[in-house]
Amino acid sequence: MKMRKTTLGLATAVIAGTLMMGVETAKADDSIFVPLFTYRTGPFAGSGIPIADGMHDYLTMLNERDGGIGGVKIAIDECETGYDTKKGLECYDAVKPKNPVIINPWSTGITLPLIPKASVDKIPVLSMAYGLSASARGDIFPWVFNPPDTYWDGLGMILRYIGSQEGGLEKIKGKKIGYIYFDGGFGKEPIPLFEQLAKDFGFELKLYPVPPGEMQNQSSQWLAVRRDRPDYMVMYGWGAMNTTAVKEAAKVSYPMDKFISIWWPGEDDVRGTEGAKGFKTLNWHGIGTDYQALKDIQKFVVDKGLSKAPKDKVGELLYNRGVYNSLLIAEGIATAQKLTGKKVVDGADVRRGLESLNIDEARLKAIGLAGFTGTLQLTCNNHNGHRPSFVQQWDGAKWVKISDLIEPMPDKVKPALDAAAQDYAEKNAGWPKRTEACDKPS
Amino acid sequence: MDILFKILIDPFLQMGSAPDLLVQTIWEGFVTGVLYALIALGFVLIFKASGVFNFAQGIMVVFAGLTLVGLYEMGLPAPIALIVTLLVMYVLAVTIERVVLRPLVNQPDIILFMATFGITYFLIGLGEFIFGGNPKQMISEQLYLPKGSLEFKMLGGFVQLQKIDIAAAVIAMIMIIALALFFQYTRIGRALRAVADSHKAALSVGISLNQIWVIVWFAAGIVALVTGIMWGARSDVSFGLQVIALKALPVLILGGFTSVPGAIIGGLIIGIGEKLGEFYWGPLVGGGIESWLAYCIALFFLLFRPQGLFGDKIIERI
Repeated sequence: MKMRKTTLGLATAVIAGTLMMGVETAKADDSIFVPLFTYRTGPFAGSGIPIADGMHDYLTMLNERDGGIGGVKIAIDECETGYDTKKGLECYDAVKPKNPVIINPWSTGITLPLIPKASVDKIPVLSMAYGLSASARGDIFPWVFNPPDTYWDGLGMILRYIGSQEGGLEKIKGKKIGYIYFDGGFGKEPIPLFEQLAKDFGFELKLYPVPPGEMQNQSSQWLAVRRDRPDYMVMYGWGAMNTTAVKEAAKVSYPMDKFISIWWPGEDDVRGTEGAKGFKTLNWHGIGTDYQALKDIQKFVVDKGLSKAPKDKVGELLYNRGVYNSLLIAEGIATAQKLTGKKVVDGADVRRGLESLNIDEARLKAIGLAGFTGTLQLTCNNHNGHRPSFVQQWDGAKWVKISDLIEPMPDKVKPALDAAAQDYAEKNAGWPKRTEACDKPS
Repeated sequence: MDILFKILIDPFLQMGSAPDLLVQTIWEGFVTGVLYALIALGFVLIFKASGVFNFAQGIMVVFAGLTLVGLYEMGLPAPIALIVTLLVMYVLAVTIERVVLRPLVNQPDIILFMATFGITYFLIGLGEFIFGGNPKQMISEQLYLPKGSLEFKMLGGFVQLQKIDIAAAVIAMIMIIALALFFQYTRIGRALRAVADSHKAALSVGISLNQIWVIVWFAAGIVALVTGIMWGARSDVSFGLQVIALKALPVLILGGFTSVPGAIIGGLIIGIGEKLGEFYWGPLVGGGIESWLAYCIALFFLLFRPQGLFGDKIIERI
């Protein structure tokens, strides 16, 4: 009897599951599938959660306010990677059969193995301001996009800022610049350029790698900083590494106004940390909710209980970074719809859309993000934009913008980027030549 | 020749030329080592009682720290939150004994070891479900932990001691001594040692295996809470801490899985050794050697004492 009941229950569950799948497939036919690789768990969750919330909420807001993009609902599906490359690749395999129009790996480590897959599977990869810097070359990497800046651009801007503090870039000759970094794909990414720039500008570069398992155990690295006394410290950190680095820097009394990070630390990395005041980072977008699109997120998503973010976290730095990421996704899809005349676009269409992306002031105003960020235009050859950023400083309670927009160093970065892209194509035997047509001249 | 100079001579010249930095490095290693020892102690307690390497010790550190801060954020005053956290760790110990260990009595050790993997993933999920995945600031001030630093001008430079590090070292030492005395001189301690020698023999003389398991898992929970507070105060309470907790593995290899003094000495050797290694020899290979150097140190000792510094020599009939 019990056996019969169990069998009956299982059969009912299977039938119900099959029916549900059918419903989902039917829905998928008239929607655009956008998977979001996120990490709300593990050592990197501190950075991952606000970004995931921002990405999710902007797309949900478009669904709720506008009925999706161009009248087509966006099917959003989060896949938890834990910032683990292996899990990220499992996520990729899981979402691929559902015809995603774009992949957001949210990890340089996950991005790198996806680069060769993108052109084969015809799914564009958006690695927003992370990933392989050389993938900015659209003629070699037609399926990969990394706007608005590469890590190499970020380094160029930080060096320009240091130069401005010293009275000119030529004045950094003979200075000692320390680089503390996450000893993984992301942190190692700018080292070749850093070494080249050290030769070009005549400064001494000191490297302080932080192994992933030692993110919260950095006393050795900061003792070395105390010994070497670098004039400036540059950081490429992520997750728990950022908080610990700021604490350790304060502990060895390193002057915080000479400690400059790439764009990843958020408020939670410095808030309440003794001695964090004065710490600087790069950024390229607004903080807060004083933008129409952010107000709409509050109205259509947060107030309706559709967001996972606590109300007071909406508008924080990394939340808005997630919003920016989804802005690029949405604009890529909208541009693809315009280019193809189709409502329900696929990965190949969105690749064309991203390549023709033109987010000018008028467009920013139209989507409720006037003044939120700078303009961005991508082309067939330029998949990055190489846009200027500014420096912001932690005043003990909030980030304060302290510089004008700083341009990257195209004269230094571009040749290195070109060489790295060529090198990548040569080292990966059989790397395909670009065959995709351009929708507009580069 | 140059490389030999860099390996064999230059680090010692550096130590001589800046002795204040040498003292500072040893201090940092000492504090780290004491905390490693504390984590290792949690492993030793459970290994002694059940012969199982408790893979969940790392996540217990995170879970205890998260519970404390989480309860405080929910509105409980810090001392009450501390007491409630201790209660939570006790309930956890009882639950683990009832649900996981009791049904597995007399099963091979590997089964119990795998069960601790299950406990790990359960606690990760439970912690994230209740408290979220966000790192949390330890409530150091509310727990009356000191902040700021003491600076001593010495050896032509200065040595800076963070008050929180001093507190961590002192509390960890007290904790270690108290646990060592408890298990050495009390009735429960003797019962624990009996259980460690033989489950069956202990049962035959009336020792309750279940009670002993609850006690050691609760003791390991207290150790985890203290470690969570101290390490959390130095950086923050995040799920990254469970990775650091695995640093106790080389400490255990070095000190022996069954020895409390071994955990202490092993922790200090690993802590000081890895800091000196990273600081003076790390730059020769581009730095970042700390994560594997600890294992090299442990393996080096194993060449001479395969059972660890204080471990029992196990001779099995084959």
